[in-house]
Amino acid sequence: MSDITSLTLTQTLQALKDKKFSEQELNSSYLNRINTLNSKLNIFLEVKKNTSGIPAGIKDVISTKNIQTTAGSKILSNYIPPYNATAVERLLEQGVSIIGKTNCDEFAMGSSGENSAYGPTKNPWDETKVPGGTSSGSAVAVASDCCVFALGSDTGGSIRQPASLCGVVGLKPSYGRVSRYGLIAAVSSFDTVGPITKSVEDASLVLDWISGGDNYDSNAKVEKFTLQPQGLKAGVKGLKVGMPKEYFGEGLDNSVKKVIEEAIEKLKELGAEIVEVSLPHSQYALAAYYILNPSEISSNLARYDGIRFGQSRETIGAEVKRRIMLGTYSLSSGYWDDYFAKAAKVRTLVKMDFEKAFESVDAIVGPVSPTVAWNLGEKVDDPLKMYLADIYTISANLAGIPGLSVPCGFSEGLLRSVNHERSLPVGLQILGKHFDEETILKVGYAYEQITDWHNQKPDLRFKI
Amino acid sequence: MSLTKDQVKKVAKLANLPLTSKEEEKYAGQLSKILEYVEQLNKVDTSDVEPTFNVSGKSNVLAEDQVRTSITQEDALANAPKKSEGFFVTKGVFNE
Repeated sequence: MSDITSLTLTQTLQALKDKKFSEQELNSSYLNRINTLNSKLNIFLEVKKNTSGIPAGIKDVISTKNIQTTAGSKILSNYIPPYNATAVERLLEQGVSIIGKTNCDEFAMGSSGENSAYGPTKNPWDETKVPGGTSSGSAVAVASDCCVFALGSDTGGSIRQPASLCGVVGLKPSYGRVSRYGLIAAVSSFDTVGPITKSVEDASLVLDWISGGDNYDSNAKVEKFTLQPQGLKAGVKGLKVGMPKEYFGEGLDNSVKKVIEEAIEKLKELGAEIVEVSLPHSQYALAAYYILNPSEISSNLARYDGIRFGQSRETIGAEVKRRIMLGTYSLSSGYWDDYFAKAAKVRTLVKMDFEKAFESVDAIVGPVSPTVAWNLGEKVDDPLKMYLADIYTISANLAGIPGLSVPCGFSEGLLRSVNHERSLPVGLQILGKHFDEETILKVGYAYEQITDWHNQKPDLRFKI
Repeated sequence: MSLTKDQVKKVAKLANLPLTSKEEEKYAGQLSKILEYVEQLNKVDTSDVEPTFNVSGKSNVLAEDQVRTSITQEDALANAPKKSEGFFVTKGVFNE
């Protein structure tokens, strides 16, 4: 079988069951691909040569026992965790093996993958473009068929945005759905662990595997998410889907807008009722986020003292330093009320916007990212411009609700010939009520059944 | 809100971040720009709004008071740059 690596997780499990190939063949197929692609795309920071298990990529901010975990930072360049993250432990129990640790923005801070101390990951659709971030390596690993699926983390869009920019499925679970134990802490009240996959069904299955209560994370909800095939496949007929007018205004690239509107039209064809909703405080979400996020970061990253583990603080990269500074400032005496407390109140208003909207709709849809993947280097010197890339994803993290990114087309229709600017993937964002992953997965699944976008693969033949 | 280089120096000290003079300069400019952007929060009326610090809806989750195995002393020390006789070695606090 020549196309083992193009199979989804669900298909891979079925093929193994039917003995179409062995776990050894599965692993060697993926390792061969990594061998040819890793040096060009800079996907993995560490590769493990397993001969069994379902090969998954694990974002390098997620602790893996006895496997180097750098968080994309020089400060952890020699750190080897003595324990597994709970999500990793649960995957191993399901017969998953770790094929590699994926590159990411340092301590999951960034929007493009360029903040990794180990160099940027490249977008497989066009190597001159960013893959998005911060789960850059995880998204590219899945998009380039270098693993069956991957784990990422999402604090402000870090699963959904790279999934969107790379044309794969990304699921940010509700805050509290998956234990954060072993996820290297950045923004504790926002951080979530979730899957990046080749299909919505795969995302649903991985969430089933990794969710559930954990004595090591008291915020984790005891009830796990359980994949109900009949629920997933129930269709969207009669479902009320909201379109927030604030997500379609100024700043949204026209070609992205067109693709998103076509995708919403498809949902309508499937029987969903499309309703306009308003999230009036969306415009303040980014400002609130960039106070709350650095504040929690400055506190969490105080642990890197170079005494118990890690190098000295000089080795911290520019963006991480910037956020530590911003957070320390906003938490410092005399400013706490003006910045941190104010932002936490605006967070309440953003959350209430969603609660109000969800009184009349079952899910909310819109773009993941205002643009498709941009040029490497384009925004690195302008932090504010980089932050604006997260404008549509951040609100979900402020509110704690789940969000799904599903491939829904390309910026310029289908791929053009090599002489033209290549067209790039666009992702549809589907947001749901807190702990209602089932509805957003149902919407994503129904959309996937009548479209072929998730089956599109970047043309990497010239590299092999 | 505009941050001066001296303020940046002070914050860096609070954050235990060694910055070069060039970095201090750069961050003064960049942080001022971000703070300026964040100032739009003042346009929002939050007078009757409670702050949100946690969205899990949980509070005071208690664990059973049980003895559990934890990582070994050897594992806990494995990543330490300097160790001695089963302890972390740190900079002296009183010997200046």
